[in-house]
Amino acid sequence: MAPTLTIRIALAGLGLAAAATPALAVTELQWWHAMTGANNDAVNRLADEFNASQSDYKVVPTYKGNYGETLNAGIAAFRAGTAPHIMQVFEVGTATMMSAKGAIKPVYQLMKDAGEPFDANAYLPAITGYYSTTKGEMLSFPFNSSSMVMWVNTDALKSIGLDAPPKTWPDLFAAAKKLTQNGFPNCGFSTTWVTWLNIEQLSAWHNVPVATKANGMDGLDTTLEINGPLQVKHLTNLAEAQKDKSFDYSGRYDSGFGRFTAGECPIMFGSSGSYGNVKGAAKFAWASAPMPYYPDMPGAPQNSIIGGASLWVMGGKKPDEYKGVAKFFTFLSDTDRQAKLHQTTGYMPITKAAYEKSKADGFYDKNPALETPIKELTNKPPTENSRGLRLGNLPQMRDMWAEEIEATLAGKKTAKQALDEAATRGNAMLRQFEKQAGR
Amino acid sequence: MSPERITFGGRLLPAALIAPQLLIVGLFFYWPAVQAVWQSFQMQDAFGLSTEFVWFDNYRALFTDPAYYQALVTTLVFAAAVAGLSLSFALLLATMADREIRGSGIYRTLLIWPYAVAPAVAGVLFGFLFQPGLGLIARGLNQIGIPWNPLLDGNHAMILVVMAAAWKQVSYNFLFFLAGLQAIPGSVIEAAAIDGAGPARRFWTIVFPLLSPTTFFLMVVNVVYAFCETFGVIDVLTHGGPGRATQTLVYKVYQDGRIGADLGGSAAQSVVLMAIVIGLTAIQFRYVEKRVAY
Repeated sequence: MAPTLTIRIALAGLGLAAAATPALAVTELQWWHAMTGANNDAVNRLADEFNASQSDYKVVPTYKGNYGETLNAGIAAFRAGTAPHIMQVFEVGTATMMSAKGAIKPVYQLMKDAGEPFDANAYLPAITGYYSTTKGEMLSFPFNSSSMVMWVNTDALKSIGLDAPPKTWPDLFAAAKKLTQNGFPNCGFSTTWVTWLNIEQLSAWHNVPVATKANGMDGLDTTLEINGPLQVKHLTNLAEAQKDKSFDYSGRYDSGFGRFTAGECPIMFGSSGSYGNVKGAAKFAWASAPMPYYPDMPGAPQNSIIGGASLWVMGGKKPDEYKGVAKFFTFLSDTDRQAKLHQTTGYMPITKAAYEKSKADGFYDKNPALETPIKELTNKPPTENSRGLRLGNLPQMRDMWAEEIEATLAGKKTAKQALDEAATRGNAMLRQFEKQAGR
Repeated sequence: MSPERITFGGRLLPAALIAPQLLIVGLFFYWPAVQAVWQSFQMQDAFGLSTEFVWFDNYRALFTDPAYYQALVTTLVFAAAVAGLSLSFALLLATMADREIRGSGIYRTLLIWPYAVAPAVAGVLFGFLFQPGLGLIARGLNQIGIPWNPLLDGNHAMILVVMAAAWKQVSYNFLFFLAGLQAIPGSVIEAAAIDGAGPARRFWTIVFPLLSPTTFFLMVVNVVYAFCETFGVIDVLTHGGPGRATQTLVYKVYQDGRIGADLGGSAAQSVVLMAIVIGLTAIQFRYVEKRVAY
């Protein structure tokens, strides 16, 4: 008994040694990300599948905290000379990353150098546009994309005689007022990510600029135009609605989303990525609908812009490692894999083929809520006002815009005063960024 | 009479004995402090790819920014409110717990517990109670007709962060006050009682003056706490908002440095904050200490 056991162990050891020998030749690729819960599982599954599919490279995913923390960890690691190969960065960090020449390797360059087949036209332009130069060169690889949708409690809408969600802002304000008089005294409608809806998406959706130079895509010397007539009118309406709670403020970020699933707010704007959350928590009939628009704006609605994050490739790595990263991106772009990723996580497909496949699968017949953001994004071909934003310091700028919106909603400033102030302060931030990054 | 002096032969042993302490202070205080001063004269991009020495540009930008003065005023209000509230509440609790009551050991232990709670967790706890739509007390307030809304009303937000920050500090103050009270000889108080002084008079003319060294020490500690250690509470509860109603100096350091990736400007703010705290502490020692009876 005892000898056989020893022999078995020795054999097992030999087997291990044999398995370990080729492992020495495996190139490890570090992938830092910010995904939690089911999305974290998806990340790990992708890495496992890729590692099993070939034997030269091994992708090692590591969770580094939320988006802001992951970006800061990556920056600190780069300064210490230990940056990962692939880093997931939220969309508002795009300007910071792309201005860091030398710290990053643009994806189009990566694919060319590695000789990987890569057709930029295979991807949905509404998504890749955010991460590309104006010449269409893809800088980072879109990973998880979402957009803003209107989540509605259809039971509540039926109770005030509406069979479909309001399509325009005037209709929405009217419906919200009715809701506050019929069972929802605290909140007719509300929103998460207050600036994303009321400045960024509002402007793109009506083909109005947020900033000059194609929202900053054409240069660092961009200035804000968020104090235009449309934005002022909209914020004035919001502040008016706040008075009788037909709109009720829920904070700057997304912690207020629970007011929708708890049934307190019958209409809530939020990321399409909240799909799983709504599905799991809402105890009423619900749906997602496109954002409303102002019917007096010619051409509205235009198209929405994306949120979420993309994968950036860090600079200063070995050619062989870049080859591995390029292969991994090709692997991620595979149609079946994209379609599956989209259908399991709720994030958007990044290639046209994956969208077509999901359609052909009948996926949207069963999950119409997940097609809303795609329809919004692809509503019309993006213009220079709706391709996305490329503003330095955008995470901090959003906080600052939110400060001014809060002052308006609290009745301390008029919408015009607040947005003028937001533009002035934001321009100072943009000049600061231009000085820091423009050299 | 002079206390017996302990003398060491040679210099090696005393040097070796204080070396670890010096090393820790040097490594974790002086080194970062010097780095902050150095960085405050520089302008850098987030990745540190290019650095430029800009002399006093960061400071100039700071002192011409109205938002900075607003943050300073907010910090002073916040610190005064936190220190005042937590000190007076702790003193009240300590005088109560100092009495001969059944189970005073249990009360005292329970009152000390919140000190083990991290500021960020204290913030989350208060969020659960006071955040509109989420908090139990917030809903209660709204139901009885008080329009409590710290998301939009700056004063409400300030009250909220002051309460959370002070609550956490009450335990610490309580502990020191209780020790101070127990060190006051009972005979003095009894003598006053025999002379006919009531409880209030005994407290204000005997107990309170005798407690003054403790109170003074706690005041310094509480002000430094309110200035520098309340970041977690503010970050969890208000993010400095609404508007900039709860943006204190230390929170602004974080916003500009971490979120805004402006390391030079943020370092300049840290240096100024450091100078303010050192200055305040020095003033407290210089003027307030004179009125303290040891």
